[in-house]
Amino acid sequence: MSYFADAGTLARKDLLLELRSRDTVPAMLLFVVSTLVVFNFALPAGASPDAAYGLLWAALVFTAILGLTRAFAAEREQRVLDGLVLAPCDRSTIWLGKAIAVVAFLALAEVVALPAFALFFEPVSWELVAAVVLANVGFAGVGTLLAAMAAASRARELLLPLLFLPLVIPIVVGGVGASIADDPGRFLGFLALYDLIFAILSWASFEYVVAE
Amino acid sequence: MPNSRAVALAAAAAGLLLVGITLAFYWVPNAPLEGFRQRIFYIHVPIALTAYACFFWAAWKALRLVWTRDQRYDLESYTAVHMGVIFGILTLVTGSIWARTSWGVWWSWGERQLVLFLVLFLFYSAYFMLRFSVDPGPRRASMSAVYALFGVVLIPVSFLAIRLAEGLIHPVVFDRDIGSNLAGSQLLTFLICFAGMLALAGSLYTNELTGKRIDERLSELREALS
Amino acid sequence: MIVARGLGRSFGAKRVLRDLDLDVADRDLLVVTGPNGSGKSTLLALCAGLLVPTQGELEVHAERGRIGYLAHEPLVYMELTALENLDLYGRLYHVPERRERIGMLLERYGLWEARRERVAALSRGMQQRLALCRTLLHEPDLLLLDEPYAGLDTEGADLLDAELGGLAGTRTLLLATHEPERVAPLATGRLALG
Repeated sequence: MSYFADAGTLARKDLLLELRSRDTVPAMLLFVVSTLVVFNFALPAGASPDAAYGLLWAALVFTAILGLTRAFAAEREQRVLDGLVLAPCDRSTIWLGKAIAVVAFLALAEVVALPAFALFFEPVSWELVAAVVLANVGFAGVGTLLAAMAAASRARELLLPLLFLPLVIPIVVGGVGASIADDPGRFLGFLALYDLIFAILSWASFEYVVAE
Repeated sequence: MPNSRAVALAAAAAGLLLVGITLAFYWVPNAPLEGFRQRIFYIHVPIALTAYACFFWAAWKALRLVWTRDQRYDLESYTAVHMGVIFGILTLVTGSIWARTSWGVWWSWGERQLVLFLVLFLFYSAYFMLRFSVDPGPRRASMSAVYALFGVVLIPVSFLAIRLAEGLIHPVVFDRDIGSNLAGSQLLTFLICFAGMLALAGSLYTNELTGKRIDERLSELREALS
Repeated sequence: MIVARGLGRSFGAKRVLRDLDLDVADRDLLVVTGPNGSGKSTLLALCAGLLVPTQGELEVHAERGRIGYLAHEPLVYMELTALENLDLYGRLYHVPERRERIGMLLERYGLWEARRERVAALSRGMQQRLALCRTLLHEPDLLLLDEPYAGLDTEGADLLDAELGGLAGTRTLLLATHEPERVAPLATGRLALG
């Protein structure tokens, strides 16, 4: 079906761009590790181990923001987005392609972040990994849409965190819950529900954000 | 030339609220757990529900904009969000006062409604940031509409998240006379106050919308003459 | 092909296009002239579907995949090569025999040797030629060209003349330009804005 072919073309384009310029993923990697180190100094001595998991999720949220700020940077600079919007492909394929690339970048950052976290702070359980995977989908789905909005604004990088943070509070709840609760399944289910709802919503409304 | 509907709404609001608040403070019996302090419930909860109503109204207008591409709905959606935020702030303030009088603290993370409204306040404040940083036009209208729709979906999802987070992150919820067992005089007073708040929101909404439309028309005329 | 009635476009309070009536038939070549800020680019963007009218009506009887739009910016990724960019657009526009067509265009516009270079490394004139290739790639029925001669050297301009000569009468064209004399012999109509 040409829909997925188009999305694939666009995702490949984003991955190729990142491979070429190599600016987003290394920055995210460095950022997340630096943040974890900062958190070591931010946690008081008697802090419960659970607090570290909370800070991990905060670090992931901010790393996602960092990555998403760059999401439409290439398109914005030369108004290339207009070129994509004019193409006969469904505008939502732009969202899908970009979201796939964002998930890939997040995953790469987490491949480093999670072992670092396990090294510095607390062990990483399978539920935590599952939560991170689900959270990536949520971050990417909602974040790609919001990044497109921010790209069209004058405020740009300043706007994305403001739009992003309230919307991802449920992800943080789901993620932290899956990390420390006795019944992580409930929280993983919630994350899956969030992903489903907001991915569909983002997919359906991307057209209206990116074209007049 | 006053719009008759606007006048009627304003009169209804004034009347209903006057009656409702009087009833709330003088007629309704004291609540068993909290006593006299509980009466702020008759102000706080209607304000909260009205805020939700405003956000849903904004989302409805946003949906109409996206469906019909009629730019008229942009201003209506925006004004509804504005009203929602005003009532949201009032919810936070009255909720905080209630928490203070009930438990001696100005804020409690265990108070679900308050936390939800805080999240929504942040969300809809970002709505204004979005609007202010995009040039007026069809693009801004579409983006605002999509964002307003996201807001309304966020309400139940956030509420679910907050419930899930309890016990995990925050202390146990305090005991309170929640209005779930309203009967007789309490129910009547509550409904009157609720209707009054809705009428107030409607009145403010109509006022602001009219004013904004006049501004719009004025700048159109000014532009046409230049 | 294009019908406009009372077409207007405002950006906030600023009215750029006002009360425009337009009839462009199939295979017309309309030259749009006017000083800076008169709305030439806005008109083309409206016809392309990038902008919607804020006043009046506009009908463009060409579907999205059949429109070719040349803007001020080349609308290509600076960090990808010329070849990669055209391949991307070729795939998105479902261009048949994509590789052959891309090769043919690159060669015609003298970009073949530079095809594997990043667009950022190309000169302005080469970028403009690439933009032309992008616009022509999918053989559109409707061409919207916003100052196509900008940045082209004599050789590039001659290539463009030849291309336009071939296209005129077989496709519909709207050309915004500061040098209307260059395309005057091909034009079926003129529109002066501002």
